[in-house]
Amino acid sequence: MENRKVNAVIVGAGAGGGVVAKELSVAGMSVVLFEQGDWISYDDHTNDELLSQRTTVLGNSCGPDDKRYRRVNVHPDGSSHIVLPSEGDYNNNAACVGSGTVTYGALAWRFMKEDFRMKSVYGHVAGSTIEDWPISYEDLEPFYEKAEWELGVAGEDDKNPFAPPRKRPQPMPPFTHNKEASLLKDAAHRLGLHPFSIPMLRNSVPYNGRPACYRMRTCIGFACPVNAKSGTHNTVIPVALQTGNCELRTQCIVSEIIVNELGAITGVTYFDKDKRKKTQLADIVILSAAAIETARLLLNSKSKFFPKGIGNENDWVGRNLQGHDYPQAFGLFKDEIYDDFGPGSSIAVCDFNHHNPGIIGGGYLKNAFIRLPYGISKVRPPGEKLWGKEHKQFQRMNFKRIAEVHGPYQQIPNFEQRIEVDPAVKDFWGIPVARLSGKTHEEDIKGCKFMAEKAEMWLKEAGAVLTWSSLGISNGVNAGQHQAGTCRMGNDPKTSVTDKWGRVHSTPNLFVADGSLHVTNGGFNPALTIMALGFRIGEYIATEWNKGNRFK
Amino acid sequence: MNNQDNLSRRRFLQLTATGLGSIYLLSQCSQPFSKWRFFTNAEARLMDAIADQIIPPDEWPGGRESGVTNFIDKQLAGPYVRYQEEYRKGLLAIQNSCETRFRKKFEELKWDEQTAFLELMEAGKMKEASWKDEFDKTFFALIRDHSMQGYYGSPRHGGNKNNVSYRMLQLDYPLIIGQNRYKS
Ligand SMILES: Cc1cc2nc3c(=O)[nH]c(=O)nc-3n(C[C@H](O)[C@H](O)[C@H](O)COP(=O)(O)OP(=O)(O)OC[C@H]3O[C@@H](n4cnc5c(N)ncnc54)[C@H](O)[C@@H]3O)c2cc1C
Repeated sequence: MENRKVNAVIVGAGAGGGVVAKELSVAGMSVVLFEQGDWISYDDHTNDELLSQRTTVLGNSCGPDDKRYRRVNVHPDGSSHIVLPSEGDYNNNAACVGSGTVTYGALAWRFMKEDFRMKSVYGHVAGSTIEDWPISYEDLEPFYEKAEWELGVAGEDDKNPFAPPRKRPQPMPPFTHNKEASLLKDAAHRLGLHPFSIPMLRNSVPYNGRPACYRMRTCIGFACPVNAKSGTHNTVIPVALQTGNCELRTQCIVSEIIVNELGAITGVTYFDKDKRKKTQLADIVILSAAAIETARLLLNSKSKFFPKGIGNENDWVGRNLQGHDYPQAFGLFKDEIYDDFGPGSSIAVCDFNHHNPGIIGGGYLKNAFIRLPYGISKVRPPGEKLWGKEHKQFQRMNFKRIAEVHGPYQQIPNFEQRIEVDPAVKDFWGIPVARLSGKTHEEDIKGCKFMAEKAEMWLKEAGAVLTWSSLGISNGVNAGQHQAGTCRMGNDPKTSVTDKWGRVHSTPNLFVADGSLHVTNGGFNPALTIMALGFRIGEYIATEWNKGNRFK
Repeated sequence: MNNQDNLSRRRFLQLTATGLGSIYLLSQCSQPFSKWRFFTNAEARLMDAIADQIIPPDEWPGGRESGVTNFIDKQLAGPYVRYQEEYRKGLLAIQNSCETRFRKKFEELKWDEQTAFLELMEAGKMKEASWKDEFDKTFFALIRDHSMQGYYGSPRHGGNKNNVSYRMLQLDYPLIIGQNRYKS
């Protein structure tokens, strides 16, 4: 059966795509929302440390699966290998309705003003594509607010002197701290830092028909059994579906953007759950497949009009891939500090996000989410035994005496950390897979060292008798769950892929609305910014559409 | 296209092929009946000994009793199908090295001899040709990591029998969801 043509097709039902689907369908537009994964809930995997979205040794609980998906990872020495989604080098986020927002830690950060003006603040950096965004914090502020109220955020930004200005407070009161976070809070005050309760896309009180969080040990990496976490799957996507204007097509993987004989974009081709190739026509196509897959889709859509892939006239699609480095420190305490009051991460400082002497950018620091038994089995001070009797005793003695402080360091973007499509390797559907190469900029090392030292200092002040740290920089592509940057927004079509509305420069009716747009990635987890961009782009498209603009 | 690419592609084909019942291709048909999915009975005995070295029994059960061998066996016939060849080769290399050095099987060595043997592997100091290209180091790291998963991971995958590690760490299990958190 032929699919009926719709106003808009959205590829990917994650953070960006879910929000856009809601904005368009509420405004009366007909929408098909494609998701390659399934609609997953807590019961599918419960609290299994080895098969979650965080520790994925036995697979990703929320997709993609190891059977049908592949990527190629190129190492700095030029060698390359095929990687499975359960392996770290795949740089996975998730593949299900809601994507990472089902299982995320739910840290709900606004970027700071400086994060939108990195070049103006820090100047040119050799070997880097550091740049200002084409929009400012002020442009995005109303949409951060929308995201906070429509999805639901708890927080106390008024306690954070570095927080950017806001018109409305976060809708829910902040989370309280467990024992470890309380110790760190007092220590931060003693150090003259400015601690506050982390903003969370998680209910501290009942909100929008969903109950309050009851502080489980397992949260990050797991779906919430009571829906206390606010993802797109339990907020905006259900709203979109309720309008009757949005059809969600799960287990359907979009393979190409269709270009007609006149060079115009008319829809997408996809494989349904039985691997049948189908077509969905639409007036507008919006890519929200996350930074790696959105770039792959553009590059895989070659035609005589777009011989290098759509939007890739100047070789910018797939470039500037970013994630976050994760400088971290561990502290061993004399007494037990673990009180099993989850999910753990609740105290942060933004003292080191910007204006650090000799450092470009920086990042915030926080206490980590609760570490689970297998995770802790890999955490040992330098020189400690990694197996055997001592290892087991250490585990038993210290499982409840270890704290971790870490934070996302804002990567300095570079042109060579990138996505291409592999010339030979294909996935289950015969679609050429993403090929990841490059690595983080040299500058990052300095910044990560600085942050790791601060993390150790914080733990020591909190009473740790022994501390140790690592830079958290990978020796290769580092994008992962915070992947961003591959379809940079900009005013100059020669050095960017989309305009400030996420519209691909060379095509009037093709948009991007996901992490790919980020010019730089902030010293913060990216989801709330991606959602805010989704609200901004969605509102723009819907408003124009209802004024009669058909984006031709 | 360089050689690495070709190698990768070969590995891809291998991965695709092993997805489809390679267990049968790899298992040794001449062996007596094995109750395991992948291991031979002899390999499983060796695995038990290694698992106890990695997580020794003390006041709490060790790797063997907690089902580490069962966990790894189960995964090798599932998500870890890609490691089958490495295990077959590595376990054989361990027994061969023990044979040349001690004229004994690994599990027949004294406890301290076993420990010393594994420490050599860990440090990449095995001399026999079968360990070339740091296979001693990588194979030990693999077994160690998988053993930790078996002991400290969810019992649902065949290890951590009777929630032994959760009890040892004084974590409630099965995880109580909700009831213990709501104030009445
Ligand atoms: C365990 C975990 C913890 C995290 N914690 C945090 C946190 O605390 N705070 C935070 O800000 N962020 C966090 N993140 C990251 C956050 O989830 C991502 O930044 C965010 O989801 C990215 O949004 P996106 O719209 O760019 O892409 P996604 O949300 O990943 O959405 C992309 C969707 O597109 C689908 N798709 C891709 N290709 C196709 C195709 N060809 N056809 C059909 N569908 C396709 C994918 O399956 C996916 O569902 C976490 C992620 C994980 C996994």
